[in-house]
Amino acid sequence: MPRSTASAMLLVYRRDLLIAFRHWDQVAQPVVFFAMVTTLFPLAISPELGELRAIAGGVLWVAALLAALLGLEFLFRSDHADGTLEQMLLSGHPAALLALAKGAAHWSACGLPLVLVSPLLAMSLGVPAQALCTVALSLLLGTGILSALGAIGAALTLGLRRGSTLLSLLVLPLVMPALIFGARAVDLAIHGEPATGPLLLLAAMLIFVVTLAPLAVAAALRISVE
Amino acid sequence: MAWTWLHKLASPPHAYRIAGRLAPWFGWPAGILLVAGLYGGLVLAPPDYQQGEGFRILYVHAPSAWMSMLVYGTMATAAAIGLVWRIKLAHAVAAASAPIGAWFTFAALATGSLWGKPMWGTWWVWDARLTSELVLLFLYFGYLALRASIDDRERADRASAVLAVVGVVNLPIIHYSVNWWNTLHQASTLTKLGKPSIAGEMLWPLLAMILAFTLYYGAVMLVRLRAEILCRERDASWLRGELAS
Amino acid sequence: MSAGEFLAMGGYAAYVWPSLGITLFALIWNVIAARRLHARARRQALERAGAAGGQS
Repeated sequence: MPRSTASAMLLVYRRDLLIAFRHWDQVAQPVVFFAMVTTLFPLAISPELGELRAIAGGVLWVAALLAALLGLEFLFRSDHADGTLEQMLLSGHPAALLALAKGAAHWSACGLPLVLVSPLLAMSLGVPAQALCTVALSLLLGTGILSALGAIGAALTLGLRRGSTLLSLLVLPLVMPALIFGARAVDLAIHGEPATGPLLLLAAMLIFVVTLAPLAVAAALRISVE
Repeated sequence: MAWTWLHKLASPPHAYRIAGRLAPWFGWPAGILLVAGLYGGLVLAPPDYQQGEGFRILYVHAPSAWMSMLVYGTMATAAAIGLVWRIKLAHAVAAASAPIGAWFTFAALATGSLWGKPMWGTWWVWDARLTSELVLLFLYFGYLALRASIDDRERADRASAVLAVVGVVNLPIIHYSVNWWNTLHQASTLTKLGKPSIAGEMLWPLLAMILAFTLYYGAVMLVRLRAEILCRERDASWLRGELAS
Repeated sequence: MSAGEFLAMGGYAAYVWPSLGITLFALIWNVIAARRLHARARRQALERAGAAGGQS
């Protein structure tokens, strides 16, 4: 581990990103899941774009949340299995900052692809062009919030049997506020109204969560690894 | 000097004995207040101007909802104390409180639903308070599930403590956002789960019920706490002497 | 108010009485469960103490 914390964080970030992209399929899975879940709704409800447009905000957000949840289980798992996680905790660098780096890498590999794909999926649900930017922006903030909160869940359920189901159970109530504001932002944009209110609230939530969650993640990691 | 008193309190044999002696002092007053409150609420209080006799559900719904949140706050506080000061008794208090709080939340949801049906015609409404209670129930379930999934008691204590603290920090955010969400889509006929304008004769039974539920929680929590202490201290030597008496 | 009127609760009986019933059930159940939990813990602790005492 390098001397300065900043370079340690950078090292962790780049390493996790490299590992993630070495397994292309793992990066693609959440994206495909996102697309599939989005497809379920026209099939289940109606092919009428008018009807789909009315629920598009909620559908996109729920599908993205569930897809992002998928990847959380693997956030710490492999590092825990081969002992790297313990090394990181023993390294003397603040565990919270290393956790922040890992979370950022996870978001880059898992959340960001969802954001990039979201305008396409939004169009398939009849979302007008004017709203696509809001869709992507709201999900950019939302997947960040989810990565941060999800990391807490992943750290708490590390190594537990059926940890992934438990993880979802723990994390979903915490992200409900983000869902409320994010879906609302998309809805406003679809109707041509400015979505700045909900988007600003999302941004505030992201800042709040990114500041505090790493502390909880670090505490949870120490508890789970000991 | 004050710390020795606190440390003594946190010692398991001491806590076990004190809990045992305190519990009836919570339990019996709770029972009396419950009877008084129910009599006052069901018999004495006049029917509401708008809701008629139906408003009487308030006397079980409001205390349940109040306690569901009070217990969560207590649980999270105890968990935080256990985490920061590493006091095992605090973790035991949190563990003892959780199922009680979950039941209060369930009661609040069930009575809220039963109250909503005659007022608004459906068994469930996505009213801000009911939705918040539902999310609170999910938070309780998560806490209980996490505890149940971890075999090692110390890890279970500390992990669930982190979860409880994270939950309690999020609770105001959840409340605020659910309220905001609810006002967005409110039809003009839908109002908050109606607390009728409360006159004196209607008020005192409500306060009695709330106090009764609070004392009840204290009593039941203390009994569960005793059970927790016995489980956690299974091999301690003080047990033999204590149980013989 | 007559007993019949009281039970009828102005027509809301189907909602008021089950509400009361559910709440009382929750309250009574928690008392029973807590006492059973304590009794079981006591019994197990006594068994362990007895076994250990028998060995020493």
